Amino acid sequence: MTLLQVKSLSHSFGGLKAVQGVSLSIQAGSLTALIGPNGAGKTTLFSLMSGFIKPDEGDIVFKGQTITGLAAFQCARLGLTRTFQIVQPFAAQTVRENICVGAYLNHPRLEDAMQLAEKVARQVGLSGVLDQAAAQLTVAGRKRLELARALATEPKLLLLDEVLAGLNPFEIQEMIPVIRGLVSAGVTVLMIEHVMQAVMSLAEYAWVLSQGQLIFEGTPANVSKDDKVIEAYLGQGMAQRMAQSVKGTDQ
Amino acid sequence: MKDLRAIAIFAGLMASVPLFVHSGVVLNLCMMALFATLLSQSWNILGGFGGQFSFGHALFFGMGAYTQGVFQIQFGLNPWLCLVLAMGSSAMLGLLVGGLSFRYGLKGSYFALITLAFAEVFRILALSANFTGAGVGLMLPLSESVGNMQFSSRVGFIWLMLFWVVCALLITSWLRRSRLGAYLQAVRDNEDAAQALGVDPFQVKWLACGLSAALMGVAGAFYLQVFQYIDPALAFGPHTSISALVGAIVGGMGTLWGPVLGAFALEILSELTRNLFGELPGINMVIYGALLILIMVFLPRGFAGIRWQGLQRDVKRTPSSGSIGVSASVKGLEERLQVGDALTSGAESQPKSDRSKVQT
Amino acid sequence: MFDLSIVFSSVLNGLTMGAVYTLIALGLTLIYGVLHIINFAHGAALMVALYGVYFLKVKLGIDPYLALPVVVPSMFVVGYFLQKVIINHASHGKDENILLVTLGISIVLENLALLLFNSDTRNIETSYTLSTVAVGPAMIAIPKLLSCLGALVVSLMLIVFMRTTDLGRAIRAVAKEKAGARLMGIDVEHVYAMCFGIGLSCLGAAACFLLPAFYVNPTVGNGFVLVAFTIVVLGGMGSFLGACVGGLLIGVIESVGGLFLGDSLGQVGIFVIFILVLLVRPQGLFGLKA
Repeated sequence: MTLLQVKSLSHSFGGLKAVQGVSLSIQAGSLTALIGPNGAGKTTLFSLMSGFIKPDEGDIVFKGQTITGLAAFQCARLGLTRTFQIVQPFAAQTVRENICVGAYLNHPRLEDAMQLAEKVARQVGLSGVLDQAAAQLTVAGRKRLELARALATEPKLLLLDEVLAGLNPFEIQEMIPVIRGLVSAGVTVLMIEHVMQAVMSLAEYAWVLSQGQLIFEGTPANVSKDDKVIEAYLGQGMAQRMAQSVKGTDQ
Repeated sequence: MKDLRAIAIFAGLMASVPLFVHSGVVLNLCMMALFATLLSQSWNILGGFGGQFSFGHALFFGMGAYTQGVFQIQFGLNPWLCLVLAMGSSAMLGLLVGGLSFRYGLKGSYFALITLAFAEVFRILALSANFTGAGVGLMLPLSESVGNMQFSSRVGFIWLMLFWVVCALLITSWLRRSRLGAYLQAVRDNEDAAQALGVDPFQVKWLACGLSAALMGVAGAFYLQVFQYIDPALAFGPHTSISALVGAIVGGMGTLWGPVLGAFALEILSELTRNLFGELPGINMVIYGALLILIMVFLPRGFAGIRWQGLQRDVKRTPSSGSIGVSASVKGLEERLQVGDALTSGAESQPKSDRSKVQT
Repeated sequence: MFDLSIVFSSVLNGLTMGAVYTLIALGLTLIYGVLHIINFAHGAALMVALYGVYFLKVKLGIDPYLALPVVVPSMFVVGYFLQKVIINHASHGKDENILLVTLGISIVLENLALLLFNSDTRNIETSYTLSTVAVGPAMIAIPKLLSCLGALVVSLMLIVFMRTTDLGRAIRAVAKEKAGARLMGIDVEHVYAMCFGIGLSCLGAAACFLLPAFYVNPTVGNGFVLVAFTIVVLGGMGSFLGACVGGLLIGVIESVGGLFLGDSLGQVGIFVIFILVLLVRPQGLFGLKA
């Protein structure tokens, strides 16, 4: 069933058209990716989808309900939440307290929230640092905390914004099963990612954004072969040149 | 619960002081210290926990004081009833000012400025209006009795003030372990992140403002009862606003005992200064200001902030597994934090560290 | 109801006061625009300058206008010192800390003045204190006229300075892009301190122009702080044009408001405007987004 539908979403910042007429549809239980070169408008799209920015045009329908224009916290309460590209821990508090803030959404009692916090921490691998100050975590730790906090709100749809950025290959390898585990736990995931290995191994479907417009969508395998996508990342005319060089080596 | 035990001990100690000490000076100091504590505690709720610094908190103090006075003098109501009204009117003013400010998204310096402006407006209004006594102020006729909330010695006031300080302590303690408190601190630390977790920043800040204002109103009413006099400068002037915030900051914002520590320390310091230098006008405030500067430069978390971790920890927690692994793995990773948050693409590689896995 | 000439007189008075307000606001907006500090100590610093001018006149017989070469550089030094030695070390990366430090400075300055000079309101007598000159149907006190002209001249000088000198350009560079400016070899801390110094020296000049027609006591700063902030917020934080327009506007509003509502309530009018601007249009008339 369609969990989220984005219909012709557009938004400009002053004269800059950050997102232009983007439409996509996310199925419940899927793990999908939103990719594209830097500056394409991916994070802006996330902000639009999760209520942090009100779109100039277009509609967003979540679980059959139109949520266009709702504030971010209202979207979160409906089960649509996001993480941030630049991690934003509650630095003055411990890891446990951080996750608790998320857990409180559906569990107003401290004891219940704490229990859920510990469960979520185990899920993402933060059990060992629950009583550390969030400010003392490593980058990898903070990324997991970001994830844990969002998970604690028990979302239906989770928008992950470059959750693997800044991690070394070892840490990425550790994170991938965690993300996969989210879907088996019943959370639909849409991730913005630059780490292509992760996109390839995790995502079942991908949308490619370039200069605010959706230029392609499909399975990761198809995405990597499409000319427009290659050009978006590598520059104009690259697709042709690459095809020619392949022909040349074939001869 | 550790918090409640500590509060009970504090209450017991303070309540028994008047029983054993009879020096008027010490009792007066005790009462003023408790009074200053209430000021700082109420500021702490909005400023320390909520992260919204009010520079004109006297606004609510004055509202409480004048409500207490006007309803007693013009309408002849019983002072205890007036206390409830004072609390209510201050709370409503707090909700109004907070509501306006936060609805329009004021934060940080702008919020501080608007509270200053409101305090000034009310000061001038009180100065001009007749029912507030204009420039002459309000004077409470002497009529000592418990029913009139006027006590012949400081003892009664001490116990009355102690009751409210304990209330404020209980409220603060509740904030530390409740959803509202967690949401409030989350909004303080990072409003966007809090929103992503379903927190309504406006509602939370607004409520904190009302709560803070209510306590401030009680302090104002109390002031009138003790000194039997209030005027616009005392009610809405900078002196009260500053005492409230300096006490909380010096002691430690956002903590349970910080405002108590700070207020007591400042009162004792003022008393010492008075003894050393006599009644020099302004010397108190010079010291408060200097302390504020010094604390900001050297110890921004205040004195309670030093042992902040210890004081904050009062919630029962299950023993964390793999603690040895944790200490080894997090040791020496501070340098990674410098590179940390600015990374936006996965291209940058992290310096290799000698750590074992964080996960156990 | 009111004789037109009285209103005209009031407006004129307002403009002359407004010119001094502009000078005060320019310093404040410069500090905000470059350091992004809301300087709560601005009023107290003005008070310090006023006392300086006062004592130069009373103890040494130096006329306020002649005291300019002394007071302005002195205030610059005070400002440079405050920023370099105190404020700079208090931020620890958080804006709120700076807020509190400047508040602390204002408290210390104000109460030191109270301690040293007690709360008496003082003013000075000069040979021209009581002379007036006719402008249209109204009479303007000479000191007020001189203060207006002086303030306008200094304001102009400041604006020219910012546009043409190297330091001015460095300041504007740091205001726009601190990291980039640093990479260009600009000593940002030094520029910050220079900026704060210039902001306070504006107060020095304002004090020289203000005292002949005004007075000084330890709390005079308080009144000016809120008015200065009102102007800066109304005109737009960081905007010089805004400070100029705002200053004159507020001066007139205060004067005319005082005429119709009495002095106290006239003041309330200003603060109400302040509150409204903060709520409805925080970027002011000409401001860049704060």
